[in-house]
Amino acid sequence: MELIKETHINFMGLRKGAFILSVLLIVLSIGSIATRGLNFGIDFTGGVLLEVGYPQAADLPAVRDQLANAGIERAQVQNFGTSRDVMIRIMPDETQNNADVGEKIMAILHDATPGVELRRVEFVGPQVGEELTEQGSLAMLFALIMIGGYVWARFQWKLSAGALAALTHDVIITLGFFAVTQIAFDLSVLAAVLAVIGYSLNDTIVVYDRIRENFRGIRNGEPVEIMDISLNQMLARTLMTSGTTLLVLSALFFLGGEAIRPFSVALLVGIFVGTYSSIYVASALALELKLTLADLMPPKKEDLVDDMP
Amino acid sequence: MNHYPWWKNLMVVLVVTLGGLLALPNLFGEDPAIQIARDDYQAVADSTITRIRELLEREQIVTRGVFAEDGRALVRFENVETQLKAHDLLKSEFGGGYASALTMAPRTPMWLRAIGLRPMSLGLDLRGGVHFLYEVDVKGTVNQTLQRYESDFKQLLRKEDVRYVRVRHQEDLVEVVLRDQADADIARDLIEDADPELQIIASDDAGNVVLKVSMTEQQIKQRQDFAIEQNITTLRNRVNEIGVAEPVVQRQGLDRIVVQLPGVQDSTRAKKVLGATATLEFRLVDQEGDPYQAKRTGRVPLNAILLENRQGQPVLLRRDTIVTGDQLTDASSGFSEGSAVVKVRLDAKGARKMLETTKRNLDKPMGVVFIEKKREMVERDGEQVEVDVTERTVINVATIRGVFSSTFQIEGLTPFESRDLALLLRAGSLAAPIYIVEERTIGPSLGQANIDQGFSAVTAGFLVVVFFMAIYYKAFGLIANLALMMNVVLLVALLSLLQASLTLPGIAGIVLTVGMAVDANVLIFERIREELRDGNTPQAAIHAGYDKAFSSIADANVTTLIASVVLFAFGTGPIKGFAVTLSLGIITSMFTAIVGTRSVVNLVFGRRKLKSLAI
Repeated sequence: MELIKETHINFMGLRKGAFILSVLLIVLSIGSIATRGLNFGIDFTGGVLLEVGYPQAADLPAVRDQLANAGIERAQVQNFGTSRDVMIRIMPDETQNNADVGEKIMAILHDATPGVELRRVEFVGPQVGEELTEQGSLAMLFALIMIGGYVWARFQWKLSAGALAALTHDVIITLGFFAVTQIAFDLSVLAAVLAVIGYSLNDTIVVYDRIRENFRGIRNGEPVEIMDISLNQMLARTLMTSGTTLLVLSALFFLGGEAIRPFSVALLVGIFVGTYSSIYVASALALELKLTLADLMPPKKEDLVDDMP
Repeated sequence: MNHYPWWKNLMVVLVVTLGGLLALPNLFGEDPAIQIARDDYQAVADSTITRIRELLEREQIVTRGVFAEDGRALVRFENVETQLKAHDLLKSEFGGGYASALTMAPRTPMWLRAIGLRPMSLGLDLRGGVHFLYEVDVKGTVNQTLQRYESDFKQLLRKEDVRYVRVRHQEDLVEVVLRDQADADIARDLIEDADPELQIIASDDAGNVVLKVSMTEQQIKQRQDFAIEQNITTLRNRVNEIGVAEPVVQRQGLDRIVVQLPGVQDSTRAKKVLGATATLEFRLVDQEGDPYQAKRTGRVPLNAILLENRQGQPVLLRRDTIVTGDQLTDASSGFSEGSAVVKVRLDAKGARKMLETTKRNLDKPMGVVFIEKKREMVERDGEQVEVDVTERTVINVATIRGVFSSTFQIEGLTPFESRDLALLLRAGSLAAPIYIVEERTIGPSLGQANIDQGFSAVTAGFLVVVFFMAIYYKAFGLIANLALMMNVVLLVALLSLLQASLTLPGIAGIVLTVGMAVDANVLIFERIREELRDGNTPQAAIHAGYDKAFSSIADANVTTLIASVVLFAFGTGPIKGFAVTLSLGIITSMFTAIVGTRSVVNLVFGRRKLKSLAI
């Protein structure tokens, strides 16, 4: 079966509209991150989190009352997955005796409903949370720099600039999505964002490879034409690969359980945006930077570093 | 053309066979089991194994066999109920000297185990258990050392008849105040003799000479490293007291220790045994002052400290300790003349000091101080801050009836208390206080749910991809599917080989790999289609397809690999698991998607005239 044979879509003709869309999305994302902020999980904020299972559908207001009566106020109580699963989260300033709060809460809940079952308790000290936030930001920065360096070494600078812009675009919009939806941003989401950085580039590089090849092969074409030809040639591959990846991620989203869901969301959004950005950010930007044939000619022989002994 | 040399085909066959073999142990599942080990780490004797077997037979408990494995006895069961029943029995029968732990034993056949093959090890989020991250109070260790110096210096000076005004530990130094320069010179020599590395700075203070003695940076670092190492050893011993199979006790970073106890459900008890930084101190009772008056007025005699006993009554003790907790070498609980006692054994230094003290202080009372360290949150200036709390309780005051040195006993405890105290003391006192900074407990039902959900996500994702590839690329799609399957097998094989813990994010990494692994094949196949469209012969198209797609595939995978290496470097715990599966998956997928499919394609399509390709 061959769904996409030879297409002649005028991708670059739409680049103005795409540019406006991208800018809008980025502004919206940054605005949302700045005003609403990310809903950081306890990995980053510190605090106590309990996941408990009730024999029947849990009565959330009653649970809140039970906790409030025992002096634990401002606890976030919400369903987690099903109506019988409850997640309780307490911010670190509420933790009177840090790690023991989990047991205290469990005892309170158990008194009220003997059948309640403890699924998971997590306690993260405030200092650990701070460190994880710091490490996480460092990791993101480091990944961007390392990957940027690699692309820089491998491709001409106009293309690298396009690739880095696309990466930043993808990361900002993925984070923006989490700010808008207020889905919990925990350590696994951070890992997913880093994976998105790797994946988004994967897509961009495949497109670039073809652009470079075509620039060299079709010597008398206009850059815009060559870009469009390359993108059309790669369209089947782009859709197929993104498609299979999005499909397995959907499987993870629907079947992988509640704990892994924010992670799948980050990857779903990131890969979707990454596919779009490899066309409209990475390639279009390189075009705007006046990418020409001369930029992409293979280096002359004597320029090659001979690392043989 | 399109023919692989024999060695390349052989390599593919070898890798696939080896991968299959390494992945094989994962197919057999696990038995609930009990593991019995000796406290002193000696191998369990054959006679003990026979004894276990006979005991279980007599009680008619059905087992799947009793084995010796790595010097431990392992009893396998059909189900958890018999496992628990047998555990109660074995625990009562093998109390002293043995530690028994509930575990899951892989059902891997003997011949696979014999060549050292094991299934993947599951992370805590998949098998349930507790994870603690402790922070070692390294400052506390320095304080402890200075405290000891204070008492040592006093003793030294007294022994040499040097009169001193004051010897007191303050912040990060010990201040020794002497009346004149002559005394100060002797004192300096004495201190330098005791530890030549100490820094001594002399100064003048209202006619007195003040020696400020402090430790060098290197000494402090050494002391801290030592404290952390000792804490790790102590925690290991305590973990053994709890009875856990395959525990993890590791240093993390500068001043942290990770403890993972798979299968442990009762985090409270684990925390109590692990975290209790309980230790003992022995001090003479200060008989000159009046404890009640000291409590009332708040004025404590200069060389004494005011504590309370367990009934809340005040007790005045001498400021100098006779023996501290780190000089205890062994403790056991027992009965003496009908009452519970804890028998304590001291190291040589402690014994010497105890001997001297008891010789000189016959018929005088001595107090046993129980010290517990905790960290609590209190409100200070409207903010919640953590403070270290040290609770000292006098558990017993007894008159020294005779001279003793290395062994003696503590009385006045209930049988329960004496057993707990002996356990705590035996498991070693911690060289420095530790605090939990992170705790994660995963119940067994959640662990199993995570496995089930992860497994179904992998299966569903796999099937969807396989289905699409097959209808989209026909014969080539089937070959790619074969490669995808091999990719998963190889990934499982590598994870089993490395014994890297598989976590839930790790499973997510596998799912992601499945989605991305076909990318290489998609690139190749699309290229082949293009070449065909350009009018190339099928054979030439296959050749060109693999050839031209290679650089894109390599570039694309290297970037993802960079991202996953960064993840590995910065990530902790579960995130590391994701990074591991993702990076291994990239490597295996490169092999299966390029070399693996090519070898099959060559076998099927190579060396013959083709009119068209099923692609």
